Amino acid sequence: MAHSKSDSKPDSSTIEQMHLVPDLFAPTIVKKATRDGFGKGLVELTEQNPNIWALSADVSESSRTHWFAEKFPDRFVQVGVAEQNMAGAGAGIAACGKTVFISSFGAFSPGRNFDQIRVCVCYNKVNVKIHGSHTGVSVGPDGASHEILEDLAMMRALPDMIVIAPADMEEAKKATLEVGKLFGPAYIRTSRENSALFTTPQTPFKIGKANVYRDGSDLAIFACGLQVYEALKAAEELKKPENGALDVAVIGCHTIKPIDKETIVKYAKKCEILMSAEDHQVDGGLGSAIAEVLCSVYPAPLYRHGMYRRFAESGNCSDLYKKYELDAAGIVKHAKLAMKLKK
Amino acid sequence: MKEPKLSEKDLLLMANTIRQDIVKMLVEAKSGHPGGSLGLTDIFTILYFKVMNHNPKKPDWADRDRFVLSNGHVCPVLYAALANSGYFPKSELSTFRKVNSKLQGHPHRGTVPGIENSSGPLGQGISQAVGMAIVSKREKQSWKVYSMIGDGEMNEGMVWEALMLASKYSLDNLVMFIDRNNIQIDGNSDDVLPLEPLGEKLRAFGFDTVEIDGHDMKAIYDAVIACESKPGKPHAIIAKTIPGKGISLMENKFEWHGKAPNKEQGDQALKELNIERETIQKGAD
Repeated sequence: MAHSKSDSKPDSSTIEQMHLVPDLFAPTIVKKATRDGFGKGLVELTEQNPNIWALSADVSESSRTHWFAEKFPDRFVQVGVAEQNMAGAGAGIAACGKTVFISSFGAFSPGRNFDQIRVCVCYNKVNVKIHGSHTGVSVGPDGASHEILEDLAMMRALPDMIVIAPADMEEAKKATLEVGKLFGPAYIRTSRENSALFTTPQTPFKIGKANVYRDGSDLAIFACGLQVYEALKAAEELKKPENGALDVAVIGCHTIKPIDKETIVKYAKKCEILMSAEDHQVDGGLGSAIAEVLCSVYPAPLYRHGMYRRFAESGNCSDLYKKYELDAAGIVKHAKLAMKLKK
Repeated sequence: MKEPKLSEKDLLLMANTIRQDIVKMLVEAKSGHPGGSLGLTDIFTILYFKVMNHNPKKPDWADRDRFVLSNGHVCPVLYAALANSGYFPKSELSTFRKVNSKLQGHPHRGTVPGIENSSGPLGQGISQAVGMAIVSKREKQSWKVYSMIGDGEMNEGMVWEALMLASKYSLDNLVMFIDRNNIQIDGNSDDVLPLEPLGEKLRAFGFDTVEIDGHDMKAIYDAVIACESKPGKPHAIIAKTIPGKGISLMENKFEWHGKAPNKEQGDQALKELNIERETIQKGAD
């Protein structure tokens, strides 16, 4: 497919504008887990704000609250393997005027304690942030029971809840710092897996504002979490003549709620075909949030890519991403299918 | 600040007033939960009019004692206690469960002054009470946390998660009442899911535990005050109560857990309560 721009390599300008790392696609790119960004952000936030408390449900090292616990033991509460009580006790602490982070694997919080998050946190209107680590297929060897693929759907449905799925460690850190400054509930979704650290401290981050990492006019891929970097790699592939020489925009949509309507509509008008990519069920997550904007504001075709209404399995992250087509090659394949929806 | 405390006779009259308010609210609302509300009236009277440090003029006063209701369906007794304390006009009680009312069918934090927590889904209040008590203890505050949970509510696993945490942190600033009225929606608690030996269970979970008659005002007061001289453990007061207490039609009948009296039944109930009121008034001061 012909692309409208003579220079289909907007990388250099976008890399500069978005302050991405210079060697974006080098195999040697530094890899760090988004959960680390949460843990570091939490400590940095607390150094600025003595009102922060954190609770863990027996996974403080894995979900990275252990750095907080070492530094601020007086404001750390270890509740044991009891995620329901973690949300309730966290809400009680928040009701005393504190900003509270509760942290566990996403499969258990919010997977297990939805009711407590709904009533103790949201209905109570207290300042509790939920950190779900180890989310998505990327959890890997632990298998499907631990690979939460429905958390964005659950959290997105709750009134006032901000929902963020950061793309790399740096973005996770910024997200943690930013939600800590706001009053009200928020959900931060992170991953266990070390993944490309492709943004920098200078890369913009604003809750509710998607980052256009790569402009394009044939197809716009909106991604969150680890799929943002995979989509960037996919866009490089898709511009090759054998792949149709597509001019693909890649938008890092870290905030699923409130969703960035403006950028969605802008690219729906520009490309007339959008695609979503996420390590989550195709129903209820980022793709659904985009569909809701399109159907009410600017109807345009949308190809939703993610997990297709099923559970995954054990395996290492890269093998699973390959099998379930959530890596760059999978996104390339589905992008081509998406192009068939274009009128 | 301490609210002026009532005399023994005044406390009995206040409990009678609250019971009358509950009956009127439920008749007007045509729905609600009379059993537990009437059964807990004596404990609420002691807490709000004799024990707790609170200030209806300043519901957000930082040093107030907290009362955390876990079994939110008994909120008619909480609303009546708050209104009689002066948190909001008593005239608002008649709006209970109606559209545009502050007085939701289950309590909503933020809409009613004096309500510390939203509740309804069982097990969640005690967990929040534990969170509050952790803050008070860690920050060396003097305020205490009082909480009420139902015996049927103890079916919820979350309750026991909360109790373990309270024990872990030696929350001796937490006083948990258990409404041991032995009824829940599907029948008698001992049939639905047996709880006994409840006292032994609570002691095994690290709670200082006593069992009292939940209608003996002196026993209620003494049990709460005794907690102050027993440091190191969270406190459980198992209060044996009669659901529907004060209304012969309702007493000890699980069918009245969540059913409102009709106008005629309400009038009969108020008649009984007025007879009790006269008896109290005739008694010695």
